[in-house]
Order: sequence, then C-alpha cells, then structure tokens
Amino acid sequence: MSTPVLQAREISKYFHDPYDIQVLKNISFEIQKGEFASVIGKSGCGKSTLLYILSTMDTDYQGDLFIDAQLMRGKKEAELARVRNEKIGFVFQFHYLLNEFSVLKNVMLPGLKLNKLSAGEVEQHAYEKLKILGIQDEAFKKPNQLSGGQKQRVAIARALINNPLILMGDEPTGNLDKKNTEIVFEIFKELAEEFGQSLLIVTHDNEFAQRTHRIIEMEDGAIIRM
Amino acid sequence: MRLKLIISISKALLLARWKQTLIAAIGVTFSITMFITLLSFMTGLNIMLDGLILNRTPHVHIYKEILPSEKQPIDYTSEGHHFISSVKPKNDLLDLRNSSVIMKSLRNDPRVLGVCPKVNVQVFYNIGAVDLNGVLNGIDVVEENRLFSFSDYVVEGDYQELKNIPNSIILGKGAAEKMLANLGDNIQITTSRGERVQLKVVGYFQSGLQDIDKVQSYVSLTTAQKLLGESNSYITDIQVKLFDMNQAPDVAKEYRQIYEVEAVDIQTANAQFETGTAIRTLISYAVGITLLIVAGFGIYNILNMMIYEKMDTIAILKATGFSGKDVKRVFITIALTIGIFGGLFGLLFGFLISSGIDQIPFKTEALPTIKTYPINYDPRYYLIGGIFSIVTTYFAGYFPSRKASKVDPVVIIRGK
Repeated sequence: MSTPVLQAREISKYFHDPYDIQVLKNISFEIQKGEFASVIGKSGCGKSTLLYILSTMDTDYQGDLFIDAQLMRGKKEAELARVRNEKIGFVFQFHYLLNEFSVLKNVMLPGLKLNKLSAGEVEQHAYEKLKILGIQDEAFKKPNQLSGGQKQRVAIARALINNPLILMGDEPTGNLDKKNTEIVFEIFKELAEEFGQSLLIVTHDNEFAQRTHRIIEMEDGAIIRM
Repeated sequence: MRLKLIISISKALLLARWKQTLIAAIGVTFSITMFITLLSFMTGLNIMLDGLILNRTPHVHIYKEILPSEKQPIDYTSEGHHFISSVKPKNDLLDLRNSSVIMKSLRNDPRVLGVCPKVNVQVFYNIGAVDLNGVLNGIDVVEENRLFSFSDYVVEGDYQELKNIPNSIILGKGAAEKMLANLGDNIQITTSRGERVQLKVVGYFQSGLQDIDKVQSYVSLTTAQKLLGESNSYITDIQVKLFDMNQAPDVAKEYRQIYEVEAVDIQTANAQFETGTAIRTLISYAVGITLLIVAGFGIYNILNMMIYEKMDTIAILKATGFSGKDVKRVFITIALTIGIFGGLFGLLFGFLISSGIDQIPFKTEALPTIKTYPINYDPRYYLIGGIFSIVTTYFAGYFPSRKASKVDPVVIIRGK
C-alpha cells in the first residue's frame, strides 16, 4: 500500500473564547490516493474546523498532520502557504473569484504563484482545466458575468491548476441548485475515477455523501463512522 | 515572474478603486509641487538677498584702526599696575604700512582667490553753496569687478571708463540725484585737506542700500591717492576673497598675527545673514514635509479602506497559496505606485510653477540686477522631494500592508 496523501493523527482542538471547549477530539484517519471521501455531520459538529486544520490554514491544534508524508507541525507561515499552493486545491461554499481578473486569469493565479511553469504553459493548463469542466467558452469573461454554477466550476478549475494531491471542498454545493449540484458531483466523480484525484468534501447534503466512495461521519467533535 | 504576478495583482486592485487611487496620488502630487515651489522660491530669494551683501563684502577685510596703544611707555620700564588717565590715540595715517609687501604675500597664499586694494577718502560734494558728506572709494577697477562683480551695480555708464579717463568718478545714484549730475558732467568736491577738485561723472552706482548710495562713490586708485596727496603706495584697506568662505575666520586670525593689522572676517561682520538664511530654509522644509506627511495619512486611509473592502480577495489569495509576505508586497507595491507617480507629477508641476514664478516681473529700485522673481533650480531639492515622496508613501503603505498580511483566511471564509 502506498503512503496516504493525507494522514491525521490524534488531532484535537479547543476554542478558548468565551470558555474552554473541545471542538475536535482525537481525530485520526487517512486519505489514500484516488479516494473520494466525504465528511458529514450536523452543523457545529466540527467538520469545517477539521477541514481548516487539514488544509493547513488553521495551525492552532494538537496532534500531527501529515500531507504527502510530511509533518506540517513547526512549518513557517510561508512554507505552509507553499504546501497549500502546491499540494492542496480548495473549493469553498462561496466561489471567491476575483472580479478584477478574467476567468482564465483567476484559474491561472495559483499556477503563476507556484512559478514552476512559464506563464504561457500555465495559461494552456488553465484552459485545459476549463475544458474538462466544460466552461472553456467563458474563459475571457469576468466572473461577475457568470452564473452561480459556472462560477463554482471556475473555482474547481482554480483548485486543480497545480495538479494538487488532494482537493478539499467546504460545502462546495451548498449554494447551488439541484441541477448544478448534480453537475458538480459528476465533475468530482469524474476527477476521482478518471484522473485518480483524491477528494475530501465536507457536506451536510446526505444524498451527495451517499454517492461518494467513503463517508466519514462526525458528531460532537469525534468520528463516529468511517 | 513572481514580481510580475505581484505587480499584476496590485494593478488590478489599484484599477478597481481608481478614483480613490487618483485622489491619493493627487495628494502626493500637490504636496511635492508645493515643496519644490516653496523651496525654489525661498532659496532663490535667500541667495539674492545674501548676494546683495555677501557678494560685495570681502571675505577678509584688512585695515588699520587708529586706537590708543595698549602699552604705554611706562609699561616697558617698570612692573606692576599703572593707572594712566586720559589716554589718547596718536595722530597717525590710516595708511597700511608695507601694503605692497603684504599684498604680494597674500597673492601667493593658496587659499586666496584674489586681493583688491582700496583707498578711502573723506570728501564733501559741493552743490552750489551746499556741501554734502561723501566717501570716495579708490579701487582697482579690474580686480574689483572680477572679485566683487562691480559692473553689476553700475546702472548707467561704462565702469571701465573709470580706469581710462583720468579724474573720473562713478557717482552713487542717490548722490547723483541730489546733485542733478548727468553722465559727462563735471562735479566739484572738496577733500579733507581743503582742496577743490573737478571730477567727470562716467557712471552711476546703485548698491540697493539707499544710505550707501547717497554717500558712496567710486574713483580709481590713482585718483584717490592724488586727492589725498599721497604716493602710489598709500592704501587704507585690503579686501581679500578666498576660495572657501568658511576658512575666513581662521585666515583673518592668522593675518592679524602675521601682519599686525586689523583683519575682520565676513562671518563676524555679517552674522545676521547666515542666521536668516538658515531659518528661512528651515521653515520651507518644515512646511514641505508637513504637506507630505498629510498626503501620507491620505494614502494610509485609502489603503486601509481598500484592505477592508478586499478582505475576501486577500483571504482567497492566502488560501490558494500566497504567503503573508506576498500580500504585504502587493499592498506596498500599490502604495509605492501612488508615491512614484504622484511624486513624478509633483516634481514636474513644481518645476512648471517655479518657472512660472521666474517669469513674473519683479523690479525694485533697491535691486538693479533683478528683473524677475528669483528662483533657485537646484536639483538637490528635486532629489529630496522625490526621495521623500517614496519614503512617506512606503511608510503609509507599510502599516496597512502588515495588517493585510496578517488577515486570517479561516475567519473570513468561516464568516460567509
């Protein structure tokens, strides 16, 4: 068995304000390459909190987090930014596209930041990603000219630009209607099954979760099923 | 390439709020414009006013002062303290002894730019039955012009005729008006020895200081010596101009000891001018810098606002792998762009306004050589203005950008 792309070991987190409360209790699990996993649970069970820790954006926790077999503890802010840039793709509930840039440039930004390829190559990759997601015709529009479903697909293309080890989603279909949810789900499934992309999606849409390969269910800051 | 990315993000943010950006840049432009204009004008005036006195004043003035002797004969013969009342100076000539030797050795001093001898003659200008007090300066015309730009102050006539025409005089403008003397007229003067002499008016002299112009006139050195009935070695003053004015106090002290004469340096003689200049310059700087700091606060405010408005953008940049340092660079780039463009236009407008002021006619009786308002185009002020605009905007951008770099993406994304 190959090394897991993401491994959480005994992760705990406390909120100290207004009083000490443990929101995550000794969470341990692994995600393998090509796995399409979802995290479900009621509101306030700590699933989003967990995701922010796993994505390295939140560093205030106990326990160990390995991404690509590398320990995240003790890394500096700039090093963590580099890990996010290179190894993690992120899709949020809200699309967070920058209206100042074209769709294509929005997708390119993390690629330009990684600075491994020339601007021309990044542009070509970005265009390919848009093609996979079926929105290549919108490449030169501004994000505010797109529909909600299209925006979310652009956000997915942006998450994929650096061919990340793992794509994380925080309620990526939370703001979408039935039809667009279906489209996004099909895209995720295609990415997992055809491109071997690992995915970890936090959702409270049980129907969505049922169709993923693996369900991690949380309650009161602990995993009750995985 | 990374820099290019940061610049392209900065540009997008700048253009998204271009009206505010423009206002911030105009603030910088305005302050730099005022800074340049103010300093150019102020220092131009300073130089002119100082020149009025300093150009005409020797750096070291050597003369003989008739004073009671410090040591009375009894001091040479017996010890102790002597009480001597009613000590008077000895009747003596104002002639500098050994003047030709002193001048020769001064001319060999490497610090000395030039030496100019002078003879002061007390006279009366005779206008019919009225006698007016006057002072004639016997000068070496060529040297006087080289060292003290004599010709600048000769408002009518040719100064060289003083040398070429015997018994000629360049009259002070005020004196000439009283005497109703035209160019080419002969005027009559009485010397202190009681002789009456006719002198031909070849020019008018105007120093800008009315009291001087009423009294002072110029003749050649030989004419002055002739009026006094002295030989051609008779000299009352030696004016020395140095290469470096700041050496004057030391040089004066040295000459006092070597030649046993009175020697006064320009700093002692005209202390008030340096003080005035320094304070005027200080005020100009203070006003200019205050304006710039105000502009800096404008930039600070606008960047702060931009950061609040663009919280989402900052959060997503950080979530997708931009570090705090990158975000900081973006906002500093924005601030510096405002500073550089605002500053450049400020320098340009400052130059245009000061050249505008330079064209405004400014004629005054007191200043014969000045035709328009004086402006000093010293590139130093442009350099200071440029550097200052960049430094202020950098600091105005630094604090907001530090705040932006510390934005926690989790808080923003969670908040939605």
